[in-house]
Amino acid sequence: MPELGRAALVVTLGLCLYALIGGVVAARLGRRRLALSARNALVAAFGSTVVASAVLFAALYRSDFSFTYVARTTSEALPTPYKLSAFWGGQEGSLLLWLLVLTGFGAAAVLLNRRWTRDLVVWVVPVFGAVATFFAFLLVVVATPFATQAAPPDGAGMTPSLQNPYMLAHPPLLYLGYVGLTVPFAFAMGALLSGRTDERWLVATRRWTLVAWTALGVGQLLGAHWAYEEVGWGGYYAWDPVENAALMPWLAATAFLHSVMIQEKRGMLRIWNVSLVILAFALSLFGTFLTRSGVVNSIHSFTQSSIGPWFLAFIALTVAVSLAVLFWRLPLLRSPTRLESVVSREAAFLYNNLLLLALCLAVFWGVVYPLLSEAVRGEAVVLGRSYYDFFLRIFGLPLLLLMGIGPLIAWRRASVRSLLTTFRAPTAAALLAGVVLLLLGAGSSIPGLVAYTFSVFVATTIAMEFVRGTRARKALGAASWPAAFSSLVSRNRRRYGGYVVHASIVLLAIGIAGSSAFDSVAEGRLARGDSLQIGGYTLVYRSLDERLAANATEIRATLEVTRDGRDLGMLQAGKNAYTIEEQVSNEVGIRSDWRTGEDLFVIAEQINPDASVQFRVFVKPLVNLIWLAGLVFLLGSAITLWPDAREQRRLVSRAAEIGLPASR
Amino acid sequence: MTLALVLAALLAVAAVVVVALPFLRDPEPSSDTLDELDEEERRRLEQLEARDRSLAALKELEFDHRTGAISDEDYRTLVGPLRREVARTLQELGDGAGSSEDRSREGRPTGGRTS
Repeated sequence: MPELGRAALVVTLGLCLYALIGGVVAARLGRRRLALSARNALVAAFGSTVVASAVLFAALYRSDFSFTYVARTTSEALPTPYKLSAFWGGQEGSLLLWLLVLTGFGAAAVLLNRRWTRDLVVWVVPVFGAVATFFAFLLVVVATPFATQAAPPDGAGMTPSLQNPYMLAHPPLLYLGYVGLTVPFAFAMGALLSGRTDERWLVATRRWTLVAWTALGVGQLLGAHWAYEEVGWGGYYAWDPVENAALMPWLAATAFLHSVMIQEKRGMLRIWNVSLVILAFALSLFGTFLTRSGVVNSIHSFTQSSIGPWFLAFIALTVAVSLAVLFWRLPLLRSPTRLESVVSREAAFLYNNLLLLALCLAVFWGVVYPLLSEAVRGEAVVLGRSYYDFFLRIFGLPLLLLMGIGPLIAWRRASVRSLLTTFRAPTAAALLAGVVLLLLGAGSSIPGLVAYTFSVFVATTIAMEFVRGTRARKALGAASWPAAFSSLVSRNRRRYGGYVVHASIVLLAIGIAGSSAFDSVAEGRLARGDSLQIGGYTLVYRSLDERLAANATEIRATLEVTRDGRDLGMLQAGKNAYTIEEQVSNEVGIRSDWRTGEDLFVIAEQINPDASVQFRVFVKPLVNLIWLAGLVFLLGSAITLWPDAREQRRLVSRAAEIGLPASR
Repeated sequence: MTLALVLAALLAVAAVVVVALPFLRDPEPSSDTLDELDEEERRRLEQLEARDRSLAALKELEFDHRTGAISDEDYRTLVGPLRREVARTLQELGDGAGSSEDRSREGRPTGGRTS
């Protein structure tokens, strides 16, 4: 039913255009029914996008190769979950996913906040309408997923590396993150356009921003784990432009989530916060552009891309219009308070913001420099790992330290004497850890040693905050220690959920430092019975087997692993040869030690006709802390996102005092 | 093909109905003007936000002092100005409420929206 899909997208385009134009006219002229009508158009646009998406899903499920998109991205033999995941595997499908999530988020955000922020929502609707119109236009005019052809007997199949369970969740999570950042952008613009720059836009979008930020964070970690297991080069993050595409908006959103607290607590940084929201949204568009335009590999593929120029024009227009609106409303955003001291919590948050932004801009420059150099000099100069590692160290390590300092300084100002008292215990713990690690030989990497030391500092401050807070709650009358702990967290979910997220960043820092600064590698061409030694492990190559799977031929080398004479079992590494796709993938062997967090990582780089194999083996200390960090990150985000009944009551009472409806 | 076109036509009609719903439900409204906050209500909302901000800051300071995260010295420096700020925001709200009552006595609207 490609006709239904095409028609649904045309209906969506019409509805989005109506939400944009009708919304602007309603807001300018103050027309109530027209404003409601524009809002309904946005909600209906979600419905018609659902219909278009259902058509594509059905075609993928049925392997209907008369759809060009289905034939290009799947094959008959592809397992059903991967057939469905092809929805976001190609350009047209992923643009449709963008539109689906955008209209869904837009409709939900507008409906949930329609009462108490209705004077803002009148302007939020056309902003959503404008963004959705762009994507609907691309899908109708430039890159339709409903193009048809005479059905071939089979499809071209899916790239082997995408045939991995992580690919079922990683791309949709990134899209949830990218698109989710539209919500704070639309409300910020709504607040500016309506002139209602009070706190309501922040309250209305706080959870949406957190959801988007969490999805981007978890999506990136899943992508890193996919790269680690599937791509098979021995790492998990290569500073690839597509990886950086997700990192940049995440960094900008992280800065916003911190600076927004200063606005809520002190009424400061209003201009800065709106600027960060614009930046995060523009970077999410830029991320989609990088991933989908083809600009990543070469500037020439960009000129061949059908959507690249449209995307670039839309990003430029979005930034220009947003900045113009921001400058127009500057007088409304003047802060009533000033920074009282450079030694205060708000100052620490500000330093954190500057470092996050500096890191974000360094990554941005690393991404665009090859494109600019190719455009100007005709030769793409790629900035390598050393460029990114340098900036990660000079901005990332101070950021890590600030995570421990910020929460322990008083708002407004703090005396040096009290700082010395406050930081005595964490500093002592960090120094002690540094000395012990130095004695254990960790001095071979100074950045690694510094990362470990700072991590201990931050972990101690987090532990202190939980212990002292629980003790205070117990003293205030909690029945038991668990009750005191529960009361502590539930009374201030954002603060203590934030500490759990900080703990996850500490785990991440330790995992990255351990696996990148202190890893070891060995290589060798082994015949059957030969062995290779690395980091206390002995690997003996025992056999080579070949078997037929559903859509590939699997070749596996089996190695016997021992450590200090103790048998650790067998490990397999090899390659898959995909018949339809005519591609070969590396299938690595990983043995994780859950007590130490260490991985033994084996790549069968080349399998020779005489059954000898060229192996490359890594020992990666503490790498599993990176994946554990993902779980802790999710826990912290969940605590922060959990509805807070006290805050809800306060907001309802505030709204009621000026006669706004009590419900949101 | 025919079924697809029928479904597409139904979708288009449904979309038009949903969009036209506010006009169909209320063809001749007594007022078609957006219900927005007036200047007085906006000023009061900002005062309420300032009050909540200062009360939350005072509460957090008290708790941080109790946990030991804020030293006695810092607490003594910070608590006075914060208490004065809370008093000032409450005072401003009280004055605002007075003027709101005056407006009510004069027979002018003071807010109290219904939908």
